[in-house]
Amino acid sequence: MNGPLGKDLLGLDELTADQIRLILDTAVPFKEVSERQIKKVPTLRGMTIVNLFFEASTRTRVSFEFAEKRLSADTVNVASSGSSVSKGETLVDTARNLEAMRIDMVVIRHPASGAARFLAERIDSNVINAGDGTHEHPTQALLDILTLRDRFGDLAGRRVCIVGDVLHSRVARSNIHGLRKLGAEVAVCGPRSLLPNAVEELGVQVFDRIEAAIEWAEALNILRLQLERMQAGYIPSLREYNRVFGVTSERLDKAPHDLLILHPGPMNRGVEIDSDVADGPHSVILHQVTNGVAVRMAVLYLLAGGRPDLADAAKGGAR
Amino acid sequence: MARDLLLRGGRIVDPSQNMDVVGDVLLRDGNVEACGASLGTPDGAEIVDCAGLIVTPGMIDVHVHMREPGREDVETIKSGAHSAAAGGFTAVCAMPNTRPVTDNQATVGFVKRQGEAAGFARVYPYGAISVGSKGETLAEMGEMISAGAVAFSDDGYPVSSSQLMRTALEYARTFGVPVAEHCEDMSLAHGGSMNESAVSARLGLKGIPNEAEEIYVIRDILLAKRTGGHIHMCHMSTKGSVELIRWGKERGVNVTAEVCSHHISLTDERVGQYDTNAKMNPPLRSAEDVEALQQGLADGTIDLLVTDHAPHHYDEKEREFADAPNGIVGLETALGVNCTWLLHRGVMSLSAMVDSMSCKPAKVFGLPGGTLRAGSLGDVTVFDPNRVWTVDPKQFKSKGRNTPYGGVQLTGQARYTVVGGRVVFAAT
Repeated sequence: MNGPLGKDLLGLDELTADQIRLILDTAVPFKEVSERQIKKVPTLRGMTIVNLFFEASTRTRVSFEFAEKRLSADTVNVASSGSSVSKGETLVDTARNLEAMRIDMVVIRHPASGAARFLAERIDSNVINAGDGTHEHPTQALLDILTLRDRFGDLAGRRVCIVGDVLHSRVARSNIHGLRKLGAEVAVCGPRSLLPNAVEELGVQVFDRIEAAIEWAEALNILRLQLERMQAGYIPSLREYNRVFGVTSERLDKAPHDLLILHPGPMNRGVEIDSDVADGPHSVILHQVTNGVAVRMAVLYLLAGGRPDLADAAKGGAR
Repeated sequence: MARDLLLRGGRIVDPSQNMDVVGDVLLRDGNVEACGASLGTPDGAEIVDCAGLIVTPGMIDVHVHMREPGREDVETIKSGAHSAAAGGFTAVCAMPNTRPVTDNQATVGFVKRQGEAAGFARVYPYGAISVGSKGETLAEMGEMISAGAVAFSDDGYPVSSSQLMRTALEYARTFGVPVAEHCEDMSLAHGGSMNESAVSARLGLKGIPNEAEEIYVIRDILLAKRTGGHIHMCHMSTKGSVELIRWGKERGVNVTAEVCSHHISLTDERVGQYDTNAKMNPPLRSAEDVEALQQGLADGTIDLLVTDHAPHHYDEKEREFADAPNGIVGLETALGVNCTWLLHRGVMSLSAMVDSMSCKPAKVFGLPGGTLRAGSLGDVTVFDPNRVWTVDPKQFKSKGRNTPYGGVQLTGQARYTVVGGRVVFAAT
């Protein structure tokens, strides 16, 4: 019954390298759908998908919604404000009620680590993790990895450094797992107060100084620094963060080679990344966004039971 | 007049009198009448055949949460005391984090009376250290002792004011009772839901570092050293804590300590994929910590084995991990877990384990029992250390089902629990 990914996509920690490659390969033909004038194929016609967002999100939610609509699925968005969720209903009751309406898939974003798995273990629908707490955000990492692969080809031996608040970042965790499975070398760089105490045990090396990270890496994935971290006392000030860890063109100019610049967004210009870097020639930030829709189409397609070898044909439909 | 009760032909293990013989225990009028090799059978005595079983002074768990008053939907003193008896315990000490907090003589008296009315294991009330366990004002310890309190604790919360803890140790010393501390630096532990480790890093859960416990352990040892008060360390979970307690004991500080059965048997790997039945405070720690705690028990640094029995409604545990409440039930699995992980793996001898579960709790907390000497309290535990069974939470007498041992095979189980010369539990 389940396709090559199993019932759910909960994280990259539990996928094999082959499964990750399969998603990336499947995403490639789907990219083309979004370039058409009529951006719609009938692949998921008749399927009902609920986008269950317990946390504010624009980019991820819109990206999923485009992916679903371009595959002709029927979608409903449920946000935590204004729904029964804000009236104190438990996650399990919310899920059971949705399922009682006979849905096929749930895309969930939730502030608690493990929430996507919690849901997946309790309902029969396919569950896609669109970010659970500080645990994983697999589709974001998949689109980051697809973007890297578009530029580098095979990622084996490639050096990628994740910069910033790794401690609170689900994007970082998913990227670490995914990149390592594909053979890349992964490092993290940031203030130690924003790195997990046991971060090395995730299989990454640590750079304390951004200059050293830039010298080592071929690509930087720069994480958003949330204002709350400063308020919670993890760093003294955003200004100092920019001075010590900000990715600036001045710092990049000293690198022995060009670096690919990724950012999962939304950016704090002038904090973790300077505008001339974000908008510069080596930034692939908007390319990431474009890839996001294709990767999510691939995940939806594969979880719905689509055959990877027919992905190219699946997009043929309604030209 | 109740009939005499003869526990016949068991292996009597009573570390309080260095006894390890096959023989009989005769109970009369609620007390031990005699204990030793073949006593003969008094006329009309009720006889319990204990051949092949271990007969020990009644086991005492000095750290349980009965939830009454306040959360009778989750556990009552009756269901908790029944659970204790089913696990082989003849007495428990009930923590005061009830609603309202057991910080006054009326509530202490209520807990005691409910325990007596239940008629299973004895229930000794704890009183709170501070009013409302808020850590601000010393509660009325003297009155609570008059009403039956045996020790004081703000368990669930640490006493964050060093001055208040100093005063509590001094004041409780007047009455000769221990002050039991829940060691946790809340500013370090804030928001944490499991051990801080590679596992928490992977799961994206905020961790609670070992130091959150150890900072309080050393602070309280130093305060006990200064005041001469008796500090009792609740639910120790780290290697560092064991070392600090050892340091204190070597210097003659009046410090005692307990460890939970789950902390000597499970590591943080048991959290697996966010299993809320492996969520408790302090959290399950590393293999290194587990080994140090076992060693600490074996060498006497850690005095007591406890459960920290903490029932929760299943709906409350059926939550996102970070939002689920802390705690597991333990009364009905503790003996099996301790036999499986300590006795059968050679960490402790049978008599050392019995000492930590039966004799030392009585000694440390100044409770009656803890011995089978003639004339002492007629509380006896009879268990089969070799009985293999599989934990089925549905069978628990406790209202709680929240255990990390569901489906786990344990070796060792209570067969008879005798309180005041009366069988209050017999295994089927």
